[in-house]
Amino acid sequence: MLEFILARYNYWAIIGLMMIGLYITFQSANLIKRLTGLSIFQTSVFLFYITLGKVTGGSAPILFGRDYGGHGEAADHAADSATGAAGELAAHPPGPDMSLTGHDPEATAYGPIAGLYETYSNPLPHVLILTAIVVGVATLALGLALIVRIREAYGTVEADEVARADLDTALAEAGDRKAAESAA
Amino acid sequence: MSDSVNLGVVLVNIALLSMLFVVAIAVARLRSLFAIVMLTGVYSLLSAMWFVALDAVDVAFTEAAVGAGVSTVLMLGAMLLTARTARADKRWARIGPMLVVAVTGAVLIYATIDMPGFGDVHSLPNTYVGAEYMARTKAEIGVPNVVTAVLASYRGFDTLGETGVVFTAGLAVALLLGFGERSLSAGHRAGAGRQRLKEGPGKGDHHVIVRVVSKVLIPVIALYALYVQFHGELSPGGGFQAGVILAVAVILYSLVFGISAALDAVSAGFARRVAALGLMIYAGVGFWTLIEGGLFLDYYTLLAHEGGDHHSANTHGQHLGIMLVEIGVLLAVSGSMVTIFYAFAGRAPEIRDEDW
Repeated sequence: MLEFILARYNYWAIIGLMMIGLYITFQSANLIKRLTGLSIFQTSVFLFYITLGKVTGGSAPILFGRDYGGHGEAADHAADSATGAAGELAAHPPGPDMSLTGHDPEATAYGPIAGLYETYSNPLPHVLILTAIVVGVATLALGLALIVRIREAYGTVEADEVARADLDTALAEAGDRKAAESAA
Repeated sequence: MSDSVNLGVVLVNIALLSMLFVVAIAVARLRSLFAIVMLTGVYSLLSAMWFVALDAVDVAFTEAAVGAGVSTVLMLGAMLLTARTARADKRWARIGPMLVVAVTGAVLIYATIDMPGFGDVHSLPNTYVGAEYMARTKAEIGVPNVVTAVLASYRGFDTLGETGVVFTAGLAVALLLGFGERSLSAGHRAGAGRQRLKEGPGKGDHHVIVRVVSKVLIPVIALYALYVQFHGELSPGGGFQAGVILAVAVILYSLVFGISAALDAVSAGFARRVAALGLMIYAGVGFWTLIEGGLFLDYYTLLAHEGGDHHSANTHGQHLGIMLVEIGVLLAVSGSMVTIFYAFAGRAPEIRDEDW
């Protein structure tokens, strides 16, 4: 039971943070506060992706030491793998069994992954989230720019007041049209 | 599974997650928009710390520069132009959102029962393509930072699209808010920053320390951006982070010395041309590889005549391609960020000294 909780508590925490962000987005009528809620929600999604890519005992996905032609008896291995590993990979393509530590017996002969000595966390979620963060700030800026224009047009950034102003304008226009029709 | 339970990791996770919770709940409860914006910056910084604990150093770098830096500045700029406080809500209006959130959260938590455990190496996300990138990068790309290799080479086409999104967002913000030219048209404000620069710290100047410290810091920040840029293949960093840091140098200059002084140093037209140039460099590398006879963004064709024929071990071509593409990202991101900042700052009323 404890193991089950320890393997999942960070998912639950992230879901909690996500729900706080969602709550702010739903509940707040203030558009700026709504965007902060969205950005909390967004950051929680980032945390979720990164937590999925974590490998126990792994390090940042930057090849180091013997894996990148470093020191040790592996220097010769590294030297030939610079040209040889591509061919080696072609000869033994990573099978469907392949994982970041590789339970494939052939792979463990080389280390965690075929050809690697160290354990690394999964680089793929990092790439996805890295660009998502930068795109996120760009879209946040776009949202803020729209809010600034809404404030200039309506004099408020509370969503319900904006909606009421719209409704009032529409009703007034309809009234004008009706008056014009009856006059004609 | 028991070998995966490391008490230190668990404690770090719990400490950072509970701090994130406290900040998020404070954001939900507060009404002062200034406090909310600052706490959002704190939230980003805390999540950046957690990214480091989860081995995602590149992501942490980006989150710290973007989330805690640029987006806080942009939100403050937008807040200055709109409102300082959120209106108080009615208590009964909280019930609906609370119910929706509770149900959604319960469904999501129910779904985690089937999820792979934390740190599981054999989980589906950690097998196949991610592991393959790790195994192949050294031989095929020849750079130690696998994140950079995937970002700029394996998934270079994705990254081109994302750079395009950043550029487009910068363009859209500028179309909505202008390029910052309003700050120049307001006669009494034009040249105020320049004048202050010339006069130097004098009587009645409340920000001597801020000015002096930023004068020392700005060149170092710009230099650091270049370090991050050119070491992106070896260590955490790359074009996205460097671009944001370079933009931060301009933003800091503008915040301290006034936007007119900043527009003198880096004009709005220059910033948006740099952004466009960056995107063109990135796409241009793709067309160059097409002309060389390869596929779009297939860097193996670059320098192929020098390093032998088109061979899958032509890592020189990969290095050149990644370097050019990263320079494109640097220019596009920094140009877009500066353009976005100018758009907001150009509209903002000048902060009076007593408001600092």
